[in-house]
Amino acid sequence: MNLFVFVKRVPDTESKIKINHETNSVNEEGLNFVLSPYDEYAVEEAIQIKEAKGGKVTVFSVGADETLTILKKCLAMGADEAVLIKDDVGETFDALRTAKIITRLLKTKYTEYDLLLFGKQSVGADSAQVPSMVAAMLDLPQVNVVTKLEIEGNTGTAHREIEGAGEKVSFSLPAVISAQKGLNEPRYETLKGIMAAKRKEIPVVTIEELGFAPDELAVQLELIKMESPPSRESGKIIEGEPEETAKKLAEFLRHDAKVI
Amino acid sequence: MILVYMEIRDGNIKKSSLEALSEAKRRAEEMGLEANAVCVGHGIDALVPETFRYGASKVYILENTLLDKYSPSGYTQALLSLVEEVKPAVFLFAATSMGKDLSPRLAAKLGASLASDCTQTATQDGKLEVVRPIFAGKAFARFRCTSTPQMATLRPNVFPLADPVDGQGEIVKKEVVIPEDQVKDKVIEVIKAEGAELDVTEADIVVTGGRGMKGPENFDLLRELTKILPHSAVGASRSAVDAEWIDHQHQVGQTGKTVSPNLYLAFGVSGAIQHLAGMSSSKYIVAVNKDPEAPIFKVADFGVVGDLFQVIPPLKEELKKILSD
Repeated sequence: MNLFVFVKRVPDTESKIKINHETNSVNEEGLNFVLSPYDEYAVEEAIQIKEAKGGKVTVFSVGADETLTILKKCLAMGADEAVLIKDDVGETFDALRTAKIITRLLKTKYTEYDLLLFGKQSVGADSAQVPSMVAAMLDLPQVNVVTKLEIEGNTGTAHREIEGAGEKVSFSLPAVISAQKGLNEPRYETLKGIMAAKRKEIPVVTIEELGFAPDELAVQLELIKMESPPSRESGKIIEGEPEETAKKLAEFLRHDAKVI
Repeated sequence: MILVYMEIRDGNIKKSSLEALSEAKRRAEEMGLEANAVCVGHGIDALVPETFRYGASKVYILENTLLDKYSPSGYTQALLSLVEEVKPAVFLFAATSMGKDLSPRLAAKLGASLASDCTQTATQDGKLEVVRPIFAGKAFARFRCTSTPQMATLRPNVFPLADPVDGQGEIVKKEVVIPEDQVKDKVIEVIKAEGAELDVTEADIVVTGGRGMKGPENFDLLRELTKILPHSAVGASRSAVDAEWIDHQHQVGQTGKTVSPNLYLAFGVSGAIQHLAGMSSSKYIVAVNKDPEAPIFKVADFGVVGDLFQVIPPLKEELKKILSD
Protein backbone atom coordinates (compact mmCIF):
# COMPACT_ATOMS: atom_id res chain seq x y z
CA MET A 1 0.00 0.00 0.00
CA ASN A 2 1.28 3.40 -0.97
CA LEU A 3 -0.05 5.73 1.73
CA PHE A 4 0.09 9.52 1.42
CA VAL A 5 -0.69 11.76 4.38
CA PHE A 6 -1.24 15.53 4.17
CA VAL A 7 -0.49 17.61 7.26
CA LYS A 8 -0.47 21.25 8.36
CA ARG A 9 1.46 23.36 10.84
CA VAL A 10 -0.86 25.30 13.17
CA PRO A 11 -0.76 27.16 16.53
CA ASP A 12 -1.47 24.73 19.38
CA THR A 13 -4.93 24.73 20.93
CA GLU A 14 -3.74 26.43 24.13
CA SER A 15 -2.75 29.51 22.11
CA LYS A 16 -4.37 32.86 22.67
CA ILE A 17 -5.04 34.29 19.22
CA LYS A 18 -4.19 37.98 18.90
CA ILE A 19 -5.03 39.93 15.77
CA ASN A 20 -2.69 42.39 14.12
CA HIS A 21 -5.24 44.88 12.82
CA GLU A 22 -2.78 46.61 10.51
CA THR A 23 -1.97 43.50 8.54
CA ASN A 24 -5.34 41.83 9.17
CA SER A 25 -3.64 38.66 10.27
CA VAL A 26 -2.91 36.60 13.35
CA ASN A 27 0.02 37.87 15.37
CA GLU A 28 2.36 34.87 15.35
CA GLU A 29 4.73 36.19 17.97
CA GLY A 30 4.97 33.84 20.94
CA LEU A 31 2.70 31.21 19.39
CA ASN A 32 3.70 27.57 19.70
CA PHE A 33 3.23 25.80 16.37
CA VAL A 34 2.47 22.10 16.18
CA LEU A 35 1.30 19.35 13.85
CA SER A 36 -2.47 19.96 13.61
CA PRO A 37 -4.12 17.56 16.11
CA TYR A 38 -6.39 15.75 13.65
CA ASP A 39 -3.45 15.22 11.29
CA GLU A 40 -1.78 13.12 14.01
CA TYR A 41 -4.61 10.59 13.70
CA ALA A 42 -4.09 10.48 9.92
CA VAL A 43 -0.35 9.85 10.30
CA GLU A 44 -0.93 7.18 12.95
CA GLU A 45 -3.55 5.42 10.82
CA ALA A 46 -1.22 5.34 7.81
CA ILE A 47 1.57 3.86 9.93
CA GLN A 48 -0.79 1.23 11.36
CA ILE A 49 -2.00 0.23 7.88
CA LYS A 50 1.60 -0.06 6.73
CA GLU A 51 2.48 -2.18 9.76
CA ALA A 52 -0.45 -4.50 9.04
CA LYS A 53 -0.25 -4.74 5.27
CA GLY A 54 3.17 -3.48 4.27
CA GLY A 55 3.87 -0.50 2.05
CA LYS A 56 5.18 2.99 2.47
CA VAL A 57 4.02 6.14 4.25
CA THR A 58 4.86 9.53 2.68
CA VAL A 59 3.87 12.74 4.43
CA PHE A 60 3.34 16.04 2.58
CA SER A 61 2.81 19.57 3.77
CA VAL A 62 2.20 22.84 1.94
CA GLY A 63 3.96 25.72 3.68
CA ALA A 64 7.08 27.75 4.31
CA ASP A 65 10.41 26.39 5.61
CA GLU A 66 9.15 26.34 9.23
CA THR A 67 6.85 23.51 8.17
CA LEU A 68 9.86 21.18 8.16
CA THR A 69 9.53 20.78 11.95
CA ILE A 70 6.17 19.03 11.70
CA LEU A 71 7.40 16.86 8.81
CA LYS A 72 10.32 15.78 11.04
CA LYS A 73 7.82 14.89 13.74
CA CYS A 74 5.90 12.69 11.29
CA LEU A 75 9.14 10.96 10.28
CA ALA A 76 9.97 10.44 13.96
CA MET A 77 6.54 8.86 14.47
CA GLY A 78 7.38 6.33 11.76
CA ALA A 79 6.60 7.81 8.34
CA ASP A 80 9.09 6.68 5.66
CA GLU A 81 9.39 9.84 3.62
CA ALA A 82 8.36 13.47 3.87
CA VAL A 83 8.00 16.12 1.18
CA LEU A 84 7.69 19.88 1.62
CA ILE A 85 5.66 21.75 -0.99
CA LYS A 86 7.21 25.12 -0.48
CA ASP A 87 4.70 27.96 -0.49
CA ASP A 88 5.46 31.26 1.21
CA VAL A 89 2.02 32.79 0.74
CA GLY A 90 0.83 31.89 4.23
CA GLU A 91 -2.73 31.40 5.44
CA THR A 92 -5.34 32.53 2.87
CA PHE A 93 -8.38 30.73 4.36
CA ASP A 94 -9.16 29.68 0.79
CA ALA A 95 -9.01 25.89 0.88
CA LEU A 96 -9.45 25.60 -2.89
CA ARG A 97 -6.00 27.10 -3.38
CA THR A 98 -4.36 24.43 -1.17
CA ALA A 99 -6.44 21.69 -2.78
CA LYS A 100 -5.31 22.80 -6.24
CA ILE A 101 -1.66 22.65 -5.18
CA ILE A 102 -2.02 19.15 -3.71
CA THR A 103 -4.00 17.93 -6.71
CA ARG A 104 -1.39 19.21 -9.17
CA LEU A 105 1.35 17.49 -7.18
CA LEU A 106 -0.58 14.21 -7.29
CA LYS A 107 -1.25 14.52 -11.01
CA THR A 108 2.32 15.34 -12.00
CA LYS A 109 4.95 14.25 -9.47
CA TYR A 110 3.57 11.73 -6.98
CA THR A 111 1.08 9.83 -9.07
CA GLU A 112 1.14 6.38 -7.44
CA TYR A 113 -0.99 5.99 -4.31
CA ASP A 114 -3.67 3.80 -2.77
CA LEU A 115 -4.92 6.00 0.02
CA LEU A 116 -4.78 9.75 0.70
CA LEU A 117 -5.19 10.58 4.39
CA PHE A 118 -5.92 13.97 5.97
CA GLY A 119 -7.05 15.31 9.33
CA LYS A 120 -10.77 16.10 9.26
CA GLN A 121 -9.86 19.79 9.45
CA SER A 122 -6.90 21.92 10.36
CA VAL A 123 -7.11 23.53 13.76
CA GLY A 124 -7.21 27.22 12.90
CA ALA A 125 -8.67 27.72 9.42
CA ASP A 126 -11.29 25.15 10.51
CA SER A 127 -12.51 24.80 6.94
CA ALA A 128 -12.68 21.00 6.61
CA GLN A 129 -12.61 21.35 2.83
CA VAL A 130 -9.26 20.24 1.42
CA PRO A 131 -9.89 16.45 1.60
CA SER A 132 -13.21 16.64 -0.28
CA MET A 133 -11.81 19.11 -2.80
CA VAL A 134 -8.81 16.94 -3.60
CA ALA A 135 -11.12 13.91 -3.89
CA ALA A 136 -13.34 15.86 -6.30
CA MET A 137 -10.50 17.02 -8.52
CA LEU A 138 -9.00 13.52 -8.70
CA ASP A 139 -12.45 11.88 -9.04
CA LEU A 140 -11.81 9.68 -6.02
CA PRO A 141 -14.24 8.40 -3.41
CA GLN A 142 -14.17 10.30 -0.10
CA VAL A 143 -15.06 9.55 3.50
CA ASN A 144 -14.66 12.36 6.01
CA VAL A 145 -14.65 12.45 9.82
CA VAL A 146 -13.66 8.80 10.03
CA THR A 147 -13.52 7.01 13.40
CA LYS A 148 -12.94 3.47 12.08
CA LEU A 149 -11.30 2.28 8.90
CA GLU A 150 -11.00 -1.17 7.35
CA ILE A 151 -9.17 -1.90 4.11
CA GLU A 152 -9.66 -5.23 2.38
CA GLY A 153 -7.94 -5.67 -0.97
CA ASN A 154 -9.19 -2.95 -3.30
CA THR A 155 -12.12 -1.83 -1.20
CA GLY A 156 -12.66 -0.23 2.16
CA THR A 157 -15.30 0.41 4.78
CA ALA A 158 -15.21 3.44 7.02
CA HIS A 159 -17.33 4.68 9.88
CA ARG A 160 -17.87 8.37 9.82
CA GLU A 161 -19.37 10.55 12.52
CA ILE A 162 -22.58 12.45 11.83
CA GLU A 163 -25.02 14.26 14.17
CA GLY A 164 -25.90 11.86 16.97
CA ALA A 165 -25.13 8.80 14.83
CA GLY A 166 -22.60 7.17 12.56
CA GLU A 167 -22.55 6.27 8.88
CA LYS A 168 -20.93 3.16 7.50
CA VAL A 169 -19.57 3.96 4.05
CA SER A 170 -18.16 1.58 1.46
CA PHE A 171 -15.72 2.74 -1.18
CA SER A 172 -13.10 1.52 -3.62
CA LEU A 173 -9.39 2.38 -3.63
CA PRO A 174 -7.71 4.71 -4.23
CA ALA A 175 -9.70 6.95 -1.90
CA VAL A 176 -9.56 10.02 0.31
CA ILE A 177 -10.05 9.61 4.06
CA SER A 178 -10.12 12.32 6.72
CA ALA A 179 -9.45 11.37 10.32
CA GLN A 180 -11.49 12.23 13.42
CA LYS A 181 -10.46 11.88 17.04
CA GLY A 182 -11.18 8.31 18.13
CA LEU A 183 -9.76 6.68 14.98
CA ASN A 184 -6.67 5.60 16.91
CA GLU A 185 -4.27 6.68 19.62
CA PRO A 186 -1.33 8.51 18.00
CA ARG A 187 2.05 7.21 19.16
CA TYR A 188 4.81 9.30 20.62
CA GLU A 189 8.06 9.66 18.72
CA THR A 190 10.83 7.39 19.92
CA LEU A 191 14.35 8.68 20.52
CA LYS A 192 15.55 6.41 17.74
CA GLY A 193 12.86 7.83 15.47
CA ILE A 194 13.84 11.39 16.31
CA MET A 195 17.51 10.69 15.55
CA ALA A 196 16.65 9.00 12.25
CA ALA A 197 14.30 11.86 11.30
CA LYS A 198 17.10 14.36 11.88
CA ARG A 199 19.29 12.64 9.33
CA LYS A 200 16.54 12.14 6.79
CA GLU A 201 16.54 14.43 3.80
CA ILE A 202 13.23 16.10 3.02
CA PRO A 203 12.80 16.86 -0.69
CA VAL A 204 11.28 20.23 -1.56
CA VAL A 205 8.86 20.88 -4.40
CA THR A 206 8.27 24.54 -5.15
CA ILE A 207 4.99 26.04 -6.33
CA GLU A 208 6.82 27.26 -9.46
CA GLU A 209 7.75 23.67 -10.34
CA LEU A 210 4.06 22.77 -10.34
CA GLY A 211 3.54 25.19 -13.22
CA PHE A 212 0.38 27.11 -12.45
CA ALA A 213 -0.97 29.76 -14.82
CA PRO A 214 -0.80 33.30 -13.35
CA ASP A 215 -4.40 33.48 -12.06
CA GLU A 216 -4.89 29.84 -11.28
CA LEU A 217 -4.16 30.18 -7.56
CA ALA A 218 -5.98 33.50 -7.10
CA VAL A 219 -7.73 33.73 -3.75
CA GLN A 220 -11.50 33.91 -4.18
CA LEU A 221 -12.35 34.64 -0.56
CA GLU A 222 -11.29 38.21 -0.05
CA LEU A 223 -10.39 38.82 3.59
CA ILE A 224 -11.92 42.11 4.66
CA LYS A 225 -11.39 42.12 8.38
CA MET A 226 -10.20 39.92 11.19
CA GLU A 227 -11.46 40.53 14.69
CA SER A 228 -11.35 39.16 18.19
CA PRO A 229 -14.65 37.76 19.43
CA PRO A 230 -16.88 40.18 21.31
CA SER A 231 -15.74 40.01 24.91
CA ARG A 232 -18.24 38.62 27.37
CA GLU A 233 -18.96 40.41 30.58
CA SER A 234 -18.86 38.27 33.66
CA GLY A 235 -22.35 38.16 35.17
CA LYS A 236 -23.69 37.43 38.61
CA ILE A 237 -21.74 34.93 40.71
CA ILE A 238 -23.43 33.59 43.82
CA GLU A 239 -22.52 31.35 46.76
CA GLY A 240 -24.66 29.77 49.43
CA GLU A 241 -26.73 26.75 50.43
CA PRO A 242 -27.28 24.33 47.52
CA GLU A 243 -31.10 24.56 47.70
CA GLU A 244 -31.00 28.33 47.65
CA THR A 245 -28.43 28.64 44.84
CA ALA A 246 -30.28 26.02 42.76
CA LYS A 247 -33.49 28.02 43.16
CA LYS A 248 -31.79 31.26 42.11
CA LEU A 249 -30.18 29.54 39.15
CA ALA A 250 -33.54 28.19 37.97
CA GLU A 251 -35.10 31.63 38.41
CA PHE A 252 -32.31 33.18 36.35
CA LEU A 253 -32.97 30.72 33.53
CA ARG A 254 -36.71 31.37 33.64
CA HIS A 255 -37.00 35.10 34.28
CA ASP A 256 -33.74 36.77 33.25
CA ALA A 257 -32.45 34.63 30.41
CA LYS A 258 -35.92 33.34 29.49
CA VAL A 259 -34.36 30.21 28.02
CA ILE A 260 -36.75 27.79 29.69
CA MET B 1 -30.86 33.01 -7.90
CA ILE B 2 -29.67 31.95 -4.49
CA LEU B 3 -29.85 28.18 -4.33
CA VAL B 4 -30.02 26.35 -0.99
CA TYR B 5 -29.39 22.66 -0.48
CA MET B 6 -32.06 20.91 1.57
CA GLU B 7 -30.72 18.02 3.59
CA ILE B 8 -33.11 15.15 4.24
CA ARG B 9 -32.66 12.97 7.33
CA ASP B 10 -35.13 10.45 8.66
CA GLY B 11 -37.78 11.52 6.19
CA ASN B 12 -37.66 15.22 7.05
CA ILE B 13 -35.93 18.33 5.77
CA LYS B 14 -33.44 19.33 8.44
CA LYS B 15 -34.19 22.43 10.49
CA SER B 16 -30.70 23.78 9.78
CA SER B 17 -31.44 23.63 6.02
CA LEU B 18 -34.61 25.66 6.58
CA GLU B 19 -32.56 28.14 8.63
CA ALA B 20 -30.18 28.49 5.67
CA LEU B 21 -33.17 28.95 3.34
CA SER B 22 -34.61 31.63 5.65
CA GLU B 23 -31.27 33.49 5.56
CA ALA B 24 -31.02 33.03 1.78
CA LYS B 25 -34.45 34.64 1.38
CA ARG B 26 -33.31 37.68 3.42
CA ARG B 27 -30.21 38.10 1.24
CA ALA B 28 -32.10 37.36 -1.99
CA GLU B 29 -34.48 40.24 -1.33
CA GLU B 30 -31.53 42.62 -0.98
CA MET B 31 -29.91 41.29 -4.13
CA GLY B 32 -33.10 41.25 -6.17
CA LEU B 33 -32.88 37.49 -6.65
CA GLU B 34 -35.09 34.47 -6.05
CA ALA B 35 -34.30 32.06 -3.24
CA ASN B 36 -34.71 28.50 -4.48
CA ALA B 37 -34.24 25.12 -2.88
CA VAL B 38 -32.84 21.81 -4.11
CA CYS B 39 -33.44 18.33 -2.72
CA VAL B 40 -31.56 15.21 -3.80
CA GLY B 41 -32.75 11.66 -3.26
CA HIS B 42 -35.33 9.09 -4.19
CA GLY B 43 -39.05 9.23 -3.37
CA ILE B 44 -38.89 12.62 -1.65
CA ASP B 45 -41.64 14.52 -3.52
CA ALA B 46 -43.93 14.80 -0.51
CA LEU B 47 -41.31 16.66 1.53
CA VAL B 48 -40.52 19.51 -0.80
CA PRO B 49 -43.58 21.83 -0.35
CA GLU B 50 -42.19 22.58 3.13
CA THR B 51 -39.56 24.79 1.43
CA PHE B 52 -42.27 27.18 0.15
CA ARG B 53 -43.21 27.94 3.74
CA TYR B 54 -39.71 29.34 4.29
CA GLY B 55 -39.48 31.49 1.20
CA ALA B 56 -38.47 29.25 -1.72
CA SER B 57 -39.90 30.34 -5.07
CA LYS B 58 -38.90 27.11 -6.75
CA VAL B 59 -37.77 23.76 -5.50
CA TYR B 60 -35.76 21.37 -7.62
CA ILE B 61 -35.98 17.65 -7.01
CA LEU B 62 -33.03 15.66 -8.30
CA GLU B 63 -34.26 12.11 -8.40
CA ASN B 64 -32.45 8.85 -9.04
CA THR B 65 -32.79 5.46 -7.35
CA LEU B 66 -29.00 5.35 -6.95
CA LEU B 67 -29.30 8.41 -4.69
CA ASP B 68 -31.61 6.79 -2.13
CA LYS B 69 -28.74 6.95 0.37
CA TYR B 70 -26.11 9.65 0.69
CA SER B 71 -23.07 9.42 -1.55
CA PRO B 72 -20.74 12.43 -1.80
CA SER B 73 -19.67 11.58 -5.36
CA GLY B 74 -23.21 10.70 -6.52
CA TYR B 75 -24.86 13.75 -4.92
CA THR B 76 -22.13 15.99 -6.33
CA GLN B 77 -22.81 14.70 -9.85
CA ALA B 78 -26.52 15.42 -9.45
CA LEU B 79 -25.98 18.96 -8.10
CA LEU B 80 -23.32 19.69 -10.70
CA SER B 81 -25.77 19.11 -13.56
CA LEU B 82 -28.31 21.46 -11.94
CA VAL B 83 -25.77 24.23 -11.24
CA GLU B 84 -24.52 24.10 -14.81
CA GLU B 85 -28.08 24.48 -16.03
CA VAL B 86 -29.53 27.13 -13.70
CA LYS B 87 -26.29 28.99 -12.85
CA PRO B 88 -27.04 30.26 -9.33
CA ALA B 89 -25.20 33.40 -8.21
CA VAL B 90 -24.99 32.01 -4.68
CA PHE B 91 -25.20 28.43 -3.41
CA LEU B 92 -25.68 27.87 0.33
CA PHE B 93 -25.61 24.75 2.50
CA ALA B 94 -26.19 24.19 6.20
CA ALA B 95 -22.88 23.36 7.87
CA THR B 96 -24.04 19.92 8.98
CA SER B 97 -22.06 16.70 8.63
CA MET B 98 -23.53 16.20 5.18
CA GLY B 99 -23.24 19.86 4.18
CA LYS B 100 -19.60 20.00 5.21
CA ASP B 101 -18.90 16.78 3.30
CA LEU B 102 -20.78 17.59 0.11
CA SER B 103 -20.29 21.34 -0.43
CA PRO B 104 -16.47 21.32 -0.83
CA ARG B 105 -16.68 18.46 -3.31
CA LEU B 106 -19.16 20.40 -5.42
CA ALA B 107 -17.22 23.67 -4.99
CA ALA B 108 -14.01 22.08 -6.29
CA LYS B 109 -15.85 20.69 -9.33
CA LEU B 110 -17.11 24.21 -10.04
CA GLY B 111 -13.77 25.89 -9.33
CA ALA B 112 -15.54 27.89 -6.63
CA SER B 113 -14.17 28.81 -3.22
CA LEU B 114 -16.26 28.07 -0.17
CA ALA B 115 -16.64 29.89 3.15
CA SER B 116 -17.24 27.32 5.90
CA ASP B 117 -19.49 27.43 8.92
CA CYS B 118 -20.49 31.09 8.64
CA THR B 119 -22.28 32.85 11.48
CA GLN B 120 -23.31 36.05 9.63
CA THR B 121 -24.13 36.94 6.05
CA ALA B 122 -24.62 40.29 4.32
CA THR B 123 -24.59 41.72 0.82
CA GLN B 124 -22.23 44.42 -0.36
CA ASP B 125 -22.00 45.69 -3.95
CA GLY B 126 -24.05 42.74 -5.12
CA LYS B 127 -21.71 40.19 -3.56
CA LEU B 128 -22.14 37.95 -0.57
CA GLU B 129 -20.12 38.82 2.51
CA VAL B 130 -19.81 36.41 5.39
CA VAL B 131 -18.34 36.29 8.86
CA ARG B 132 -16.91 33.02 10.02
CA PRO B 133 -15.20 31.92 13.22
CA ILE B 134 -11.57 30.85 12.87
CA PHE B 135 -9.48 29.10 15.50
CA ALA B 136 -12.77 27.61 16.74
CA GLY B 137 -14.08 31.06 17.62
CA LYS B 138 -10.92 32.62 19.09
CA ALA B 139 -11.18 35.06 16.19
CA PHE B 140 -13.67 36.02 13.50
CA ALA B 141 -12.97 36.86 9.89
CA ARG B 142 -15.12 38.69 7.36
CA PHE B 143 -14.78 37.61 3.74
CA ARG B 144 -16.20 38.75 0.43
CA CYS B 145 -17.05 35.81 -1.80
CA THR B 146 -15.81 36.47 -5.32
CA SER B 147 -16.04 33.09 -7.03
CA THR B 148 -18.77 31.89 -9.38
CA PRO B 149 -20.95 30.76 -7.78
CA GLN B 150 -20.39 32.34 -4.37
CA MET B 151 -20.58 29.46 -1.91
CA ALA B 152 -20.92 29.21 1.85
CA THR B 153 -22.07 26.83 4.55
CA LEU B 154 -24.10 28.31 7.43
CA ARG B 155 -23.70 27.15 11.01
CA PRO B 156 -26.80 25.42 12.42
CA ASN B 157 -28.67 27.07 15.29
CA VAL B 158 -27.38 30.57 14.47
CA PHE B 159 -29.69 31.98 11.78
CA PRO B 160 -33.32 32.59 12.77
CA LEU B 161 -36.01 30.54 11.04
CA ALA B 162 -38.41 32.73 9.06
CA ASP B 163 -42.01 32.74 10.23
CA PRO B 164 -43.63 30.08 8.05
CA VAL B 165 -46.04 31.41 5.43
CA ASP B 166 -48.71 29.71 3.33
CA GLY B 167 -46.46 30.00 0.33
CA GLN B 168 -46.84 28.34 -3.04
CA GLY B 169 -44.14 27.76 -5.58
CA GLU B 170 -43.03 25.74 -8.52
CA ILE B 171 -41.78 22.17 -8.23
CA VAL B 172 -39.23 21.25 -10.88
CA LYS B 173 -38.49 17.55 -10.90
CA LYS B 174 -35.50 16.22 -12.78
CA GLU B 175 -34.54 12.62 -13.32
CA VAL B 176 -30.77 12.84 -13.15
CA VAL B 177 -28.64 10.45 -15.14
CA ILE B 178 -25.74 9.05 -13.17
CA PRO B 179 -23.61 6.17 -14.36
CA GLU B 180 -23.42 3.61 -11.55
CA ASP B 181 -19.62 3.85 -11.47
CA GLN B 182 -19.94 7.55 -10.64
CA VAL B 183 -21.33 6.61 -7.23
CA LYS B 184 -17.96 5.83 -5.69
CA ASP B 185 -18.69 6.19 -2.01
CA LYS B 186 -22.02 5.23 -0.57
CA VAL B 187 -23.55 5.07 2.89
CA ILE B 188 -24.52 1.44 3.45
CA GLU B 189 -25.81 1.80 6.98
CA VAL B 190 -26.69 4.51 9.49
CA ILE B 191 -25.82 3.51 13.02
CA LYS B 192 -27.89 5.38 15.58
CA ALA B 193 -26.35 6.15 18.93
CA GLU B 194 -28.22 4.61 21.87
CA GLY B 195 -31.41 6.53 22.66
CA ALA B 196 -30.90 8.58 19.45
CA GLU B 197 -29.25 11.40 21.39
CA LEU B 198 -29.38 14.93 20.06
CA ASP B 199 -26.04 16.27 18.86
CA VAL B 200 -24.49 19.15 20.83
CA THR B 201 -24.27 21.25 17.66
CA GLU B 202 -28.03 21.02 17.14
CA ALA B 203 -29.27 21.38 20.70
CA ASP B 204 -30.84 24.55 22.09
CA ILE B 205 -29.42 23.74 25.50
CA VAL B 206 -26.07 22.04 26.13
CA VAL B 207 -25.41 20.54 29.57
CA THR B 208 -21.67 20.02 29.84
CA GLY B 209 -19.57 18.15 32.39
CA GLY B 210 -15.87 18.65 33.01
CA ARG B 211 -13.19 17.18 35.21
CA GLY B 212 -15.33 18.08 38.24
CA MET B 213 -17.73 15.26 37.29
CA LYS B 214 -15.16 12.89 38.82
CA GLY B 215 -16.18 9.80 36.86
CA PRO B 216 -18.21 8.35 33.97
CA GLU B 217 -21.14 7.28 36.17
CA ASN B 218 -21.82 10.88 37.21
CA PHE B 219 -22.62 11.90 33.65
CA ASP B 220 -26.00 10.23 34.34
CA LEU B 221 -26.78 13.32 36.44
CA LEU B 222 -26.39 15.44 33.31
CA ARG B 223 -28.36 12.98 31.18
CA GLU B 224 -31.21 13.31 33.68
CA LEU B 225 -31.10 17.09 33.29
CA THR B 226 -31.29 16.74 29.51
CA LYS B 227 -34.43 14.63 29.95
CA ILE B 228 -36.05 17.56 31.75
CA LEU B 229 -34.72 20.39 29.59
CA PRO B 230 -36.31 20.62 26.13
CA HIS B 231 -34.14 20.05 23.05
CA SER B 232 -30.96 19.61 25.08
CA ALA B 233 -27.81 17.50 24.77
CA VAL B 234 -24.91 16.40 26.97
CA GLY B 235 -21.53 17.99 26.27
CA ALA B 236 -18.12 17.32 27.77
CA SER B 237 -14.76 19.02 28.21
CA ARG B 238 -11.60 17.57 26.73
CA SER B 239 -10.36 16.33 30.11
CA ALA B 240 -13.57 14.36 30.65
CA VAL B 241 -13.27 12.83 27.16
CA ASP B 242 -9.55 12.08 27.51
CA ALA B 243 -10.31 10.33 30.83
CA GLU B 244 -12.76 8.20 28.78
CA TRP B 245 -15.73 9.17 30.92
CA ILE B 246 -17.79 9.89 27.79
CA ASP B 247 -17.47 9.49 24.01
CA HIS B 248 -15.62 12.20 22.06
CA GLN B 249 -18.78 12.92 20.03
CA HIS B 250 -19.77 15.01 23.05
CA GLN B 251 -16.57 17.05 23.26
CA VAL B 252 -16.93 20.83 23.05
CA GLY B 253 -13.89 22.95 22.30
CA GLN B 254 -11.15 23.43 19.78
CA THR B 255 -10.51 19.74 19.19
CA GLY B 256 -14.18 18.95 19.62
CA LYS B 257 -17.30 20.72 18.46
CA THR B 258 -18.10 24.40 18.42
CA VAL B 259 -21.57 25.14 19.73
CA SER B 260 -23.82 28.20 19.91
CA PRO B 261 -26.86 27.12 21.93
CA ASN B 262 -29.30 29.42 23.70
CA LEU B 263 -28.07 28.08 27.00
CA TYR B 264 -24.75 26.49 27.91
CA LEU B 265 -24.82 24.92 31.37
CA ALA B 266 -21.32 23.97 32.54
CA PHE B 267 -20.82 21.72 35.55
CA GLY B 268 -17.32 21.23 36.93
CA VAL B 269 -15.77 22.80 33.84
CA SER B 270 -12.77 25.00 34.63
CA GLY B 271 -12.80 26.84 31.28
CA ALA B 272 -9.51 26.19 29.49
CA ILE B 273 -8.85 28.47 26.49
CA GLN B 274 -9.49 25.68 24.02
CA HIS B 275 -12.85 24.91 25.69
CA LEU B 276 -13.99 28.54 25.86
CA ALA B 277 -13.24 28.87 22.15
CA GLY B 278 -15.84 26.23 21.40
CA MET B 279 -18.72 27.65 23.44
CA SER B 280 -18.31 31.36 24.07
CA SER B 281 -20.74 32.29 21.30
CA SER B 282 -23.52 30.66 23.33
CA LYS B 283 -26.32 33.09 24.10
CA TYR B 284 -26.29 32.42 27.85
CA ILE B 285 -23.57 30.69 29.82
CA VAL B 286 -24.23 29.35 33.30
CA ALA B 287 -21.51 27.67 35.35
CA VAL B 288 -21.40 25.66 38.55
CA ASN B 289 -17.92 25.12 39.93
CA LYS B 290 -16.33 24.69 43.35
CA ASP B 291 -13.41 26.94 42.45
CA PRO B 292 -14.35 30.64 42.55
CA GLU B 293 -11.23 31.39 40.48
CA ALA B 294 -12.25 29.06 37.61
CA PRO B 295 -11.87 30.95 34.28
CA ILE B 296 -15.33 29.79 33.20
CA PHE B 297 -16.83 32.37 35.61
CA LYS B 298 -15.23 35.15 33.54
CA VAL B 299 -17.56 34.34 30.63
CA ALA B 300 -20.57 33.16 32.64
CA ASP B 301 -23.76 35.22 32.76
CA PHE B 302 -24.66 33.44 35.96
CA GLY B 303 -22.38 31.43 38.19
CA VAL B 304 -22.77 29.30 41.27
CA VAL B 305 -19.71 28.70 43.40
CA GLY B 306 -20.54 25.36 44.91
CA ASP B 307 -20.41 21.58 44.74
CA LEU B 308 -22.18 20.40 41.61
CA PHE B 309 -23.18 17.14 43.32
CA GLN B 310 -25.10 19.18 45.91
CA VAL B 311 -26.52 21.72 43.46
CA ILE B 312 -27.81 19.35 40.75
CA PRO B 313 -30.45 17.46 42.83
CA PRO B 314 -32.34 20.56 44.04
CA LEU B 315 -31.82 22.20 40.62
CA LYS B 316 -33.51 19.22 39.00
CA GLU B 317 -36.53 19.65 41.25
CA GLU B 318 -36.69 23.40 40.58
CA LEU B 319 -36.52 22.88 36.82
CA LYS B 320 -39.22 20.22 36.93
CA LYS B 321 -41.44 22.57 38.89
CA ILE B 322 -40.89 25.48 36.49
CA LEU B 323 -41.32 23.39 33.35
CA SER B 324 -44.53 21.75 34.55
CA ASP B 325 -46.14 25.19 35.12
